[in-house]
Amino acid sequence: MPTEPTSAADDKIRCDACPVMCYIKPGAAGACDRYANHDGCLVRVDPHIVLERTVSHGGRLVPFQAGGDWDGKLVHEPDVFVTAIGAGTTYPDYKPAPFIVSSEVDGVDMVTVVTEGIFSYCGVKVKIDTDRYLGPETATVRAQGEAIGHVTTSEYGSQMLSLGGVHHLTGGSKKEGRVTCDALMDLSNCKPVELTIDGGATVVVQAGYPPIVNGVPEERMRVGCGSATIGMFAKQWHGKVDEVVVVDDHITGVLSEHQAGKVLDIPDSGIKMKGRRSTPGRYFQVAEPGTGWGGTMISDPLSVLGPFDARKARPGLTMLMVSTTGEHAAYYELDAALQPVERPMPVDLRLSVERIQENCEPALCTVLFMAGAGGSLRAGVTDNPVRLTRSVKDALTRVTSGGAPVYVWPGGGITFMVDVTMLPAGAFGYVPTPALVAPIEFTLKLSDYAALGGHMDHVRPLASLKDSTETRSMPSPQSNGEPRS
Amino acid sequence: MTRLPQIRLLADGKRLHLQDGPIDLIVEAVGSEADRRAAYDAAVQRFNGLLDELCSELPLLRRAADPDRCPLQGAVARRMHTAVAPFAAAHFITPMAAVAGSVAEEILGAMTGAARLDRAYVNNGGDIALHLADGERFSVGLMDRPDASGTMRTIVIDVDDPSRGIATSGRHGRSFSLGIADAVTVLAATASQADAAATIIANAVDLPGHPAIMRCPAQDLQPDSDLGARLVTRGVGELSEAEIAAALEAGAASARRLLAMGLIDNAILRLHGESLVVAPKATEPTALQAPAAASAMERLMHA
Repeated sequence: MPTEPTSAADDKIRCDACPVMCYIKPGAAGACDRYANHDGCLVRVDPHIVLERTVSHGGRLVPFQAGGDWDGKLVHEPDVFVTAIGAGTTYPDYKPAPFIVSSEVDGVDMVTVVTEGIFSYCGVKVKIDTDRYLGPETATVRAQGEAIGHVTTSEYGSQMLSLGGVHHLTGGSKKEGRVTCDALMDLSNCKPVELTIDGGATVVVQAGYPPIVNGVPEERMRVGCGSATIGMFAKQWHGKVDEVVVVDDHITGVLSEHQAGKVLDIPDSGIKMKGRRSTPGRYFQVAEPGTGWGGTMISDPLSVLGPFDARKARPGLTMLMVSTTGEHAAYYELDAALQPVERPMPVDLRLSVERIQENCEPALCTVLFMAGAGGSLRAGVTDNPVRLTRSVKDALTRVTSGGAPVYVWPGGGITFMVDVTMLPAGAFGYVPTPALVAPIEFTLKLSDYAALGGHMDHVRPLASLKDSTETRSMPSPQSNGEPRS
Repeated sequence: MTRLPQIRLLADGKRLHLQDGPIDLIVEAVGSEADRRAAYDAAVQRFNGLLDELCSELPLLRRAADPDRCPLQGAVARRMHTAVAPFAAAHFITPMAAVAGSVAEEILGAMTGAARLDRAYVNNGGDIALHLADGERFSVGLMDRPDASGTMRTIVIDVDDPSRGIATSGRHGRSFSLGIADAVTVLAATASQADAAATIIANAVDLPGHPAIMRCPAQDLQPDSDLGARLVTRGVGELSEAEIAAALEAGAASARRLLAMGLIDNAILRLHGESLVVAPKATEPTALQAPAAASAMERLMHA
């Protein structure tokens, strides 16, 4: 037998937890996957959760079954809700949905029709809180080299991606469909996915976490555009500096020219901006978009300035240049030749930059899953599918996804959106077609259910689920905004 | 040694969980209450000391099997050898390739010897031994992404099918693979045979010398691995559709040979999202629901 690599020879340890007596290398686990070598120490790998410690650390507990043993009564707690996760679905869909459950709520017999929908018409809308340039509008977004969606219109302080949809799932190559399906499922299950944008950036997106743009985690959303920032902070700068430029890919603001500066009688500084003037003190397109200052490509802010006007400028004039998030900032004084020279920033200006940072909210990625419940899925709920649609539109039927509230898009069909962080972990699955499997529940009054042609003979009381499924309390929706670690 | 096996009923009150060292079994017996209790008592009794029995012959179990001669003493060890012996002439294989299935079979045998059961299974980390009485059947779901809900395929095994063992091998499990298959699931007459065959077929799903495949000597990862300096698969990069098909076909050729030799009943090979099924033509529609279910799914997609 060949000899082992020399360096490792002495690092391995021998586990004595069982008679297999594995030799375990540093960083590796034994045959059981339960014991490992961590820096020369034998450690047990599987988690050992101590309830008291979780409580004392402020961890969140999910009650195993709120009321102790099942007492045979119908459930009264409003937070016990049967979700469709894992319910499975049926083929063909005219068969009743897997679980049609009734429970008594406020004296009204409620019906929850629980099914897992198979959605080939589905996708995710991703909002990425950053001013950094991710790529041109309509540019293709790729995962593992495959086209899975595109860049759509920017929103305030955020870049938007539209991913998935039937075109990428089933309209392209087999691989494109599979990669799209995997990316949608991972994004929907709150896992990180690396996306590359044609002619733009590489961004790691994970619902509820800051985006990572070209390897750099984004920290903050901008407080406003450059012009808005001038408006917000003009008074705080007044008397402390002669000129302020807030560099922004969208609208760069200039204090002395801006209406906010005029109101404060701030004199002309002789500054000359590049870019296209929109209204006084507001400039479009001072630089190409990029991942530098304020979502532009620049690393030297002076590159957005032309020469100062000698008739208005004077040596010693002071100027603050800052980005919309306060992430970049520099302080200058004009020399005898009216050239800006960088100087250490005075403390009160430093504080104003920190104030900008403080007012920027944490940058996050948010993922909305969007899908349409087709006619055949609806047929699993009622023998007259269109009546279910009407019932949803009339707000008689409440639609949820994994117990999470959804927004139902107005118009035809039942096209809904849901914030994926509101669903329990691992709620989304897939079938190899490829298409996503997502939970969907329709809740309505039992009498309304009968009226719209529901499968009344398949309704069963909630208590009957006891034997075949595990029940657990859903996390309350308001607790879902917290970041998960 | 102050080690005690872990023995408990799972939260559903029906299934038994037995764990000792690397052995981790989920057991279920279905029958009368008295039979079920007798079966679980027998399972626990057989389980106690089983790991020590195996470990007493561990050095021999980790050596390449001799195709003609079995030097081993213990019942489980001898079953391991019997399961790998048909492959030992043509391949490097140690009895360890069948350890999980052989243990599952041993515990199942203890239960069925002590009680009359309608159905029973012993699942040893995915290597499963089955018992079926007349009129009974098992549905077995295959998942290709354990982190997602939903099964990829469902296999139904009823009493008339010859298979009483299911095993899965591939590069993601606890044991190492010489091939690149994500999973090879084999149905065979016994769990130990299925276990050994799955190992052989998964090793055959390969693209020798392909630059996107990362390999590493087994002993660099586990110093006492029975695979010694043999290169085991650590990572598989991007493969073209043609390469995936070629690798699967190499595995399928191996599976078809084993099928012809009567060593397996069915095999399902999975690599990079692609599947290939090897089954005797006559039994495919009944034993494997998958192709029918998949096409039904295709039709249903535009819900």
